[in-house]
Amino acid sequence: MPAVAETLDTVQSVTEGTYKWGFETEIEMDFAPKGLNEDTVRFISAQKKEPEWLLEWRLKAFATWQKMQEPRWPAVKYPPIDYQDAYYYAAPKKKDGPKSLDEVDPELLKTYAKLGIPLKEQAILAGVEGVGDSPSEGGRMPIAVDAVFDSVSVATSYKERLAKDGIIFCAISEAVHEHPELVKQYLGTVVPPGDNFYAALNSAVFTDGSFVYIPKGVRCPMELSTYFRINAKSTGQFERTLIIADEGAVVSYLEGCTAPMRDENQLHAAVVELVALDDSQIKYSTVQNWYPGDAEGRGGIYNFVTKRAQCRGKRSKVSWTQVETGSAITWKYPSCVLLGDDSVGEFYSVAITNNHQQADTGTKMIHVGKRTTSTIVSKGISAGKGQNTYRGLVRVAPTASGARNFTQCDSLLIGDQCGAHTVPYIENRNMSAKVEHEATTSRIAEDQLFYCRQRGLSEEDAVGMIVNGFCREVLKELPMEFAVEAQKLLQISLEGSVG
Amino acid sequence: MLRIEGLTAEVDGKPILKGIDLEVPAGEVHAIMGPNGSGKSTLSYVLAGREGYEVTGGSATLNGVDLLGMEPEERAAAGVFLAFQYPVELPGVGNANFLRTALNAIRRGKGESELDAMQFLKLARARLKELQMSEDMLKRGVNVGFSGGEKKRNEVLQMALLRPSLAILDETDSGLDIDALKIVADGVNALRAPDFSALVITHYQRLLDYIVPDKVHVLMQGRIVQTGGPELAKQLEASGYASVQAAA
Ligand SMILES: Nc1ncnc2c1ncn2[C@@H]1O[C@H](COP(=O)(O)OP(=O)(O)OP(=O)(O)O)[C@@H](O)[C@H]1O
Ligand SMILES: [Mg+2]
Repeated sequence: MPAVAETLDTVQSVTEGTYKWGFETEIEMDFAPKGLNEDTVRFISAQKKEPEWLLEWRLKAFATWQKMQEPRWPAVKYPPIDYQDAYYYAAPKKKDGPKSLDEVDPELLKTYAKLGIPLKEQAILAGVEGVGDSPSEGGRMPIAVDAVFDSVSVATSYKERLAKDGIIFCAISEAVHEHPELVKQYLGTVVPPGDNFYAALNSAVFTDGSFVYIPKGVRCPMELSTYFRINAKSTGQFERTLIIADEGAVVSYLEGCTAPMRDENQLHAAVVELVALDDSQIKYSTVQNWYPGDAEGRGGIYNFVTKRAQCRGKRSKVSWTQVETGSAITWKYPSCVLLGDDSVGEFYSVAITNNHQQADTGTKMIHVGKRTTSTIVSKGISAGKGQNTYRGLVRVAPTASGARNFTQCDSLLIGDQCGAHTVPYIENRNMSAKVEHEATTSRIAEDQLFYCRQRGLSEEDAVGMIVNGFCREVLKELPMEFAVEAQKLLQISLEGSVG
Repeated sequence: MLRIEGLTAEVDGKPILKGIDLEVPAGEVHAIMGPNGSGKSTLSYVLAGREGYEVTGGSATLNGVDLLGMEPEERAAAGVFLAFQYPVELPGVGNANFLRTALNAIRRGKGESELDAMQFLKLARARLKELQMSEDMLKRGVNVGFSGGEKKRNEVLQMALLRPSLAILDETDSGLDIDALKIVADGVNALRAPDFSALVITHYQRLLDYIVPDKVHVLMQGRIVQTGGPELAKQLEASGYASVQAAA
């Protein structure tokens, strides 16, 4: 038997129990009544004490959604979703939004500690504080975290520190109250409520998510991150994130996510909107680790997400980096609309599908401004019975003189029951533009495995090392601390089914 | 000591090794020579445990421990090191990372503590210096874009770091310039010790001027047909394998 097939065999038997984030937190929750109708929308809006304009906005989106159809073009298969058979709001019981970290329910603090998410602010070393640009403790940058638990943000750290630079980092539900002018100005301008089925659904029932505003000329002094946790049963998570980088601003933002192991499928339909003004830079990294379901394909999160950036300003730059290891189904195309002249869009992606996971993911790069450039590097890894589709659109408008795109799509197959598919769409309507596409498909070779094992590596470590090597171009785009995490995660997600 | 008795093996149902008997006592270095396709690499793969190289009979033990029942990584931990005739490329895998992972895997297997990045770097730098290799080698992908000679030196670097008790060098001298050949030979000689043995597979007597073997074996058509001292290699160089065939 060839080495790889045997690897698959040996390790397929130990699939269960490799998802290390599958525990459940016992905590008292408030739920909206099950099901989805106008009252659900009103309930959510009322829970968040939203202004009238936002309720109207939601209701309009809901009306739009009711007229829409689920997209059928993605190369993924799943039974029909009963949208009435889910909760659209679930929040840990409490009086008001947490005013400080000390007021957060200890049960939640424990949960995040168990997940390895630092909610406590480490004291920023005396003396460094004043320096402003480079706070650090023991040489490590602190990371500001917004923790979203089911439908609400339960804590946001380093808010005061960031406020000193005029940076707003808070739950979007809080931003609605504290910074209504900014929310009103930008919400839904990148992803309009009627953009697609899931975006419309999200616009109607979105519950929480992060809001970031970096003022003119400010370089955000620390990594910002949001950690999403689905905990409650039969509950969908519909978060909404809005990041605005004003002229010359620079920010790096990371999102992570996990969920308990359950036999049911749970829906996660997020919308992320990024706005980059003149000379600003947004780096948005995702380590997606939703529960992927078990070896037989039972359970797991349906991850139907709309992420889009508008490079509105000249020389603005948005870089998406994603490491997608979880979810039963991933449907996700982080995109860049390059409006400003000389603006830059980047998409770096690693997507792993193992067991019965399905991923249809990629990007859209829409070139409108002159000399806009985009880079796409996609690494798809399929193992077990996983199906992995890269779907990417590069569109060059007639206005985009001198635009350039480079796309590189590599697929790695482990075993012979998985699939990799590459679906590039290229629409070039400007003669002076240059669009390049390269694609490769490979397998982990027997001689590579043998070479590693001869040097003492176990078969699992060998596969992990080869896969990490395959993904290197993408992983190096992640912020340092997370790159290490992501490498481990890649290995873990192949563990128990590939080796 | 390596002891091989009556070892037979086949590839794709085709018998390649037809009964190998060989003993390499601890502390000795033996050379194996033989025409193309005679089974030299097959022997090295069988000893290292490569898939597809099916053992059909006989035994192989290292210091009394049965090798043939072990997984390749277990054999590595037991002290078997194979310098590949064709070293394999691992795109995107940093050489330093690979070497450290391998070294720590072997150390774990021996019950020794693992080395952190700094400790490893110190050790690797010392070995690099001995092998007159540039530190750049550590930063590059494993064997990716390496010249033929660089790949072979990288094998010797790994051997020097892993300190095996049995080293099998499969044509490590092929493709080396004369300076590199001396460096590689020094690398092997540096490991010589009472508890170290080596099997050096080569086509050229000149390597054996630098690594002087205790014994030379001639492998032909899956059998060892002649064994002698270093002078046997010189004799083969002069008159080729035809003379051996006639003698056998
Ligand atoms: N994977 C394989 N499939 C089929 N035949 C093989 C395979 N590997 C080796 N062989 C055959 O086994 C025989 C011995 O090969 P081997 O590589 O061991 O020879 P060698 O002595 O190392 O030769 P060289 O001096 O050319 O390196 C050859 O006839 C070869 O064709
Ligand atoms: Mg050979």
